[in-house]
Formats: sequence, C-alpha cells, structure tokens
Amino acid sequence: MRSDQRRCDERGLRVDELNVGYGASLVLKQINLEIPAGAITAVVGANASGKSTLLRALARTLRPQSGVVYLDGVDVASLPARSLAKRIALLPQSPRAPEGISVGDLVRRGRYPHQRFLRQYTSADERAVQRALELADLVELSERPIDQLSGGQRQRAWLAMVLAQDAATMLLDEPTTYLDIAHQVEMLDLLAELNARDGTTVVMVLHDLNQACRYATNLVAMANGRVVATGAPTSVVTDDLILTVFGLEALILEDPLTRTPLCVPRKNVRIS
Amino acid sequence: MPFTLGTAAFVLLILLMRKHSGAAPRPIALRYGGFSGLVQVRICWFCGVSVLLCVALLTLGLVVGDFPIPAGRALVTAFWDRGGEYDFVVNSLRFPRVVVALLAGACLAVSGALFQSLVDNPLVSPDIIGINSGAAAAAMTILLLGGHVGLLPIAAFVGALAAASVVFTLSWRRGINSARLVLIGIGLNALLVALIAFLLVTFPIEQVSAATTWQAGTLAGATWRNAVVLVIGMVVLFPAAAVLARQLRVLQLGDELASSLGLNVERCRVAAIIVGSGLAAIVVAVVGPLGFVALLVPHVARALTGTFSAGVLVLTALLGAAMLVSADLVAQRLFAPTVLPAGIVTAALGGPFLLVILRRYYRAF
Repeated sequence: MRSDQRRCDERGLRVDELNVGYGASLVLKQINLEIPAGAITAVVGANASGKSTLLRALARTLRPQSGVVYLDGVDVASLPARSLAKRIALLPQSPRAPEGISVGDLVRRGRYPHQRFLRQYTSADERAVQRALELADLVELSERPIDQLSGGQRQRAWLAMVLAQDAATMLLDEPTTYLDIAHQVEMLDLLAELNARDGTTVVMVLHDLNQACRYATNLVAMANGRVVATGAPTSVVTDDLILTVFGLEALILEDPLTRTPLCVPRKNVRIS
Repeated sequence: MPFTLGTAAFVLLILLMRKHSGAAPRPIALRYGGFSGLVQVRICWFCGVSVLLCVALLTLGLVVGDFPIPAGRALVTAFWDRGGEYDFVVNSLRFPRVVVALLAGACLAVSGALFQSLVDNPLVSPDIIGINSGAAAAAMTILLLGGHVGLLPIAAFVGALAAASVVFTLSWRRGINSARLVLIGIGLNALLVALIAFLLVTFPIEQVSAATTWQAGTLAGATWRNAVVLVIGMVVLFPAAAVLARQLRVLQLGDELASSLGLNVERCRVAAIIVGSGLAAIVVAVVGPLGFVALLVPHVARALTGTFSAGVLVLTALLGAAMLVSADLVAQRLFAPTVLPAGIVTAALGGPFLLVILRRYYRAF
C-alpha cells in the first residue's frame, strides 16, 4: 500500500527487474534503473550491449519477458497504446521515410496519437507541427521532399516528427549517427535547449562518450545486457568503468570547457 | 478517329498532371465543429481531371466497337432512348463492359495501393505476390467442380486471403522483411499458376474453355450483374480503405516508429490485408486475374501526389478505372476485328514498367 503511494508521487522512468530478449536469448538481464524526469540521460556502452533494446523496452515497442517499466509511477504495460504514445516518443536509429514525401508530411504523421478519424487535424495539431518545424529550423524546407535533404537536415526532420508527437519523454537511438561533427553538436544543442526550456526528459543512446559526458546530467553505462553504472558523468566515469564497458584502457581528463570528463584512449586491451 | 483523339487526350492529361506533380505542397486544414481534416488542393484537381477522363472514356467505350453505330446514336441509345434499334449492342454489350472495366480498375488499383503501403517495397502488389493467383485458383476449382457461379466471389476471397496469409506467415521472422516477402510471393505465385495450368489440362475441354478466357482476364461478356457484384464489394471495402489510410500513413514509417506512435501494427496490417485481398478477389471473380493494374497505378498516383492519404486512394481508384477502360479499348481495337483479352494489354503495358521499377528499386544491389 505504502509503496503504491510512493509510486504515485514519483516522476520519470523506473525499471524493475527487467528481462528482455528475442526468442530464447536474453538481451537485457535483470535491469534496475531510475531515469529522472526533466533530465538528459545518455546511455553508453559497447556495440550489442543492449542499449537500443533498453530504449525499445522503455517505449514498449518490445514486450519484456519479465519485469516492469514505470512511467511517472504507472506500469507502461497497463496504458493504452495511444496514451503511452502521447507521453513517450521514440526515434529509432536510421529510420526510413516513404519515397518522395515532404518534410511537412512526415512531421504531420507524428500527430497520429492525438488524432481520430473525424478529428484528423485540429488547430492543436497545426500548432504542434508548426512549433516542431520551427524548433528544428525546417519551416522553409517544409515542402521539400525528404530525399533531397542533406544528412543533417534529414535527421532534423525526423526529430521534428518526434517533437510533433509532443511527448514529455523523448527516447532517441543514436540521434547523431551519420552526422558530421558540426551537425552532431547542432543536434545535441537543440536537444539541450528543449530540455532546458520545456523540461523534456531526454534519453539518448550515444556512441561518443565525451559528448555523452558533456550533454548528459545522468549517465547509464551498459555492458553485456546489464547496467554497470548510473549517475552524474563526473562521478561515474573512471578509467575502471571504461575498461569494464569498452575493454579499453583510457586516461580520464577534465574537459577544459565544460569541466566534464574527457576520455582519451591509451590502447585496446582486447586487441593487444 | 474518336479512338486516336481519346488516346491523345489521355496522354495529354497525364502529361499535364505530371507537370504539376512532385512533393506534396502544404495542405489546407478544414474544420467544422468537432470535425477536422486536411485537404490537398492539388489532389482535388487531379481527381477532377481523372473524373473527366473516366467520363470521356465511358463515352468512348459506348461509341467504339466492331458494329458501326454513329456516335450520337450510341449515346442517345445508352442514356435516353433505351428501346432504339441499337439497344442490344449498346446497352447489353458495350455499356456494362465499360462500367465493369471502370469498377474493376478502381478496385484493383486500390488493392494495389493498400498492399504497397504495407511494406516499404513497390513490388508488394497483389498480382506479383500471388494474391490474384490464389483467388483465381480457388475460383477456378469451384468453376471446374461445377459449383454455382454465385459462389465465385466467395471462393476467390477465400483463395486470396489464403494466399496472403501463406505469404505473410512464411516471410515473418521477427518482423517482415520486404525483399523476403516479395521473393516468397513470387514463388507462391509460380506455384499457383502451375496449379491453374494443371486444372486446365486435367479437366475436359468443354468445361475448361470458358475458364481459359476468364483466366487471361477478359471483359468480354461483362454483364450488369458483374457490375452489381463489384459495387457491393466497393461499398463495403472502400470506406474501410479510407479509414485504414490514416493508419497506413504511420505504418509506412516502419514497424518500430508506428508502434511507438501508438498504432497497433499487427491489427492494422491484418486489416489492410483483408481489405486489399477482398478488392483483388472480387475483381478476379468477375473478370479474372487482370495483372499489372494493381502494380502500376498506385505508382503513378504516388509519383503525382508525393504522399499517401485517403485522397490519394480516391485518385488511385479513378486512375485505375481510366487505365483498365483504356486497356480494354486498346484490346478491342488494336487488332480489330480480332479482340484481345484486356489482361494481355495491361500485361504488355505493365511488363516494361515492372522492369523500370526493378531497375530503380534495386539499384543499390
């Protein structure tokens, strides 16, 4: 009874004893995790450590074999699909747009959970789409076909689609892959701005550990389907952690600009 | 003469629409009370043009034929003077034939659009992946076993659904891979075509001969009863397709995104398969397995509009209607007095088109 009471007050995502797998093999093993609301959380780990699977389980696009994901104290499995979609948005890694569709068309599709057959485009829908286009700086490009955009613009178009969904929690799977460094920074700055202004909870998988440390206030390090460390980057990132997570010997310095940890690889123990 | 004019007009209209095609411009939002929707003005224009095209082709279909009837007389007989001397040729042969062609073309095109939006692959069309053949094999079995003709639509529907379930079940492995689906579909299609050929050689010739012409997809001998069957199917299935269009727009973004946007992916896919198979099946039951309309027309509609929506489905239906009537007119007049089945003409148009799609889509491989 008391624990139920506590859950009602809690905000953010909480994962309890989560086991997720495809068929017989378990990809996520006994995950216990708390992701604070209104923070930027970066999920880091080696390839195939279960990062994408964790995001899928959080967004419920993958059903866990056991365990529970709570969103603001409510079991996500108990929520209707549309209500959940209004609260959690997921941007998968390298999504594909249907051939020839325009940016505006893509972004409008993000309003699906808010619409009904007879209410296909309310003024609230229009405002949300307009806001998403403005945030992603795509207003001028809204009638342009996606196929004609540059990589950076295309990624912003997908982000705008997810923004139009208007969910308080955004899960992003490697939002910076295939982008050059300037566009990576641009994308991460945009996410940080959203987080600062609207208090959007951002959970993103990042490959670049230094970017993760710089932008995230909360870091989740994964190895072999388990969470090995969580917490503020400054307190979590040590040479030991890098060795456990990536099998890499590294020197941890302080980023001269942001005072966040900066990881400089020495040599790879796995290779040598 | 009217035929040449008609062809010229057809080509001109398509070129005109093409000139204004490309990515979709911003749609206009219409709101009234609690209702709201989006309208693309350009799609409305395209639909209007296509309606005119269909009316023109309908007229042409009444006028053109082996039996020489002055154009004016043919129209008068069809619309005002039902008892005239040309009554039989116009009202029993030509009129139902054009109407059945219009309706069947619309059904096939919408069926193709539904299947193509299920998976991100333009080749997933009922005629390529064996849905039409499934319907044809089932219908032909009933026909040859001496079943009642009225059972054909039901048999065709069961056959189409069975073929669709086999294809989708076999290609299912942690989600649907579109290339695997197409290859399995082509395999199943080959099997079913072999089954149809087997049925044709096993049964006595007098039973088979009717089935042979039907199997090539012909509109000769189309009746008002056929048109009624198609209209009944359309009344049920077109609204369902319009409702599904909104969900298919989301499904087109991929299973994972669709599901995170709150769509029940499996239910949507099954519903689209049922509606698409139903539309393909009624056409097969009435005129036989006409190929390539379902493959070709949705492509044209997508290239013209650059999007997918209920409005695009309306345009797809109208263009499908226009295409099948034109194909049937060409089939009747190209080697006149020898009349070809319309299916041969759609195949002759669609074959090269299929090669173009293959080249474009698989350029990366």
